[in-house]
Amino acid sequence: MSFEVMLEQLTSGMLKSMLIFFLTLIFSLPLGMVMCFGRMSKNKIISGITGFIISILRGTPLMLQLMVVYFFPYYLFGWSIGGWRYPAIIVGFSINYAAYFAEIYRSGIEAIPKGQHEASQILLYSKPQEFFKITLPQVIKIILPAMTNEIITLVKDTSLAFSISYIELFNMAQQIAAANTTMIPFVVAAIFYYVFNLLVSVVMRCFEKKLSYYS
Amino acid sequence: MLYLEMNNIKKSFGDLQVLKDISLQVREGEVISIIGPSGSGKSTLLRIATMLETLDYGTISYLGEEAVSLYDGESVYAKPKKLKEIKKNFGLVFQNFNLFPHYTVLKNITDAPISVQKRNKKEVMKEAKELLDKMGLSDKADYYPCQLSGGQQQRVAIARALALKPKVLFFDEPTSALDPELTGEVLKVIKSLAEQKMTMVIVTHEMSFARNISDRVIFMDKGVIAVEGSPEEVFNSSNERMQEFLGKLNHE
Repeated sequence: MSFEVMLEQLTSGMLKSMLIFFLTLIFSLPLGMVMCFGRMSKNKIISGITGFIISILRGTPLMLQLMVVYFFPYYLFGWSIGGWRYPAIIVGFSINYAAYFAEIYRSGIEAIPKGQHEASQILLYSKPQEFFKITLPQVIKIILPAMTNEIITLVKDTSLAFSISYIELFNMAQQIAAANTTMIPFVVAAIFYYVFNLLVSVVMRCFEKKLSYYS
Repeated sequence: MLYLEMNNIKKSFGDLQVLKDISLQVREGEVISIIGPSGSGKSTLLRIATMLETLDYGTISYLGEEAVSLYDGESVYAKPKKLKEIKKNFGLVFQNFNLFPHYTVLKNITDAPISVQKRNKKEVMKEAKELLDKMGLSDKADYYPCQLSGGQQQRVAIARALALKPKVLFFDEPTSALDPELTGEVLKVIKSLAEQKMTMVIVTHEMSFARNISDRVIFMDKGVIAVEGSPEEVFNSSNERMQEFLGKLNHE
């Protein structure tokens, strides 16, 4: 196999990995907010259940969770899972990452001094106004470094989609390597992951800089 | 006219009774200072008056509107809608300023009048600039709180509270986080408000200040009002605790 062909195939794998990455972010960022509210709810039942779900999602391997999400419609209901592979990957990744994001959001919200809430109360901001105008902007600034960490991990975790036989970058590299008895595809894959993560961290640092207008 | 009337306020935190049957009336234009040792319940009283804290027993009304009333011997807060209306009557200046760090000075002052009170933006901006002028901060409108000294931050906080045009303004130890020099500039602003007949309730440890600007001074000790009256009456009172408190202060 020529290097060009290999590169072409690896690039298509990379695009698939990137799509998993972006779709996961799109779904898990808001879902994490929902989980965070559940976790912080004053209702003991809601916060208890959400806390339990988060602990399961954080306490078991993502690879296992992908398998569960992929196979459960078949084992539970006997449904055919032919077209379910890709949605299962996105669902699995999204709920897993939402759990981590939920805890990061919570850390940010709890870091906001109580005085901010009291000032908002005295100034008669409504609850949604307080959240969107006062709390959230400050939370975003606080959690950005932790979010960068998590998002970089997600780039690399997309390779776990291979566990349910989805051919993304890592799986592609493995197949080419096996067929041609060469390590080169792994080197290329590593470079791809690294460059992508470099981009991610540059973008995140831009956000951080943008928010550094106050301390 | 009575701007604020609090009767028989009781409050406990667990087993600790912080307020034991306290009543307080504030008339229009009156300046009241609340002094007393730490743990005497001054701040708790203020936090109950501003509804940051709920009371166990008692009644509160602002300008004759009942925020907390008694039903069958139990204190009941008014419905949220009515309570919100009542809360428009007062403002509060915090010990730690609690400005919004991500907003400029101007936005700190104008955001609530514009987005909460839905007032005309131009008008609010104009008033905010006048307020900043009064506070001696007209050149700081576009600064962020972190770029200001504590005294400047507190003056912004006062402007922010005034921008909502409260009938009564509460101060919770407004100078306790400031050094003597910065304290002076904040006290000057409060004094000028007193001269303009702003109704104010001030919890403070600044004795000479309390003595100078107050119409009435309240000395609290262990959850009760130990001495109350004109500054002269209170500071010359023969009350033992009051003497002890002032004596300790003079030693410092």
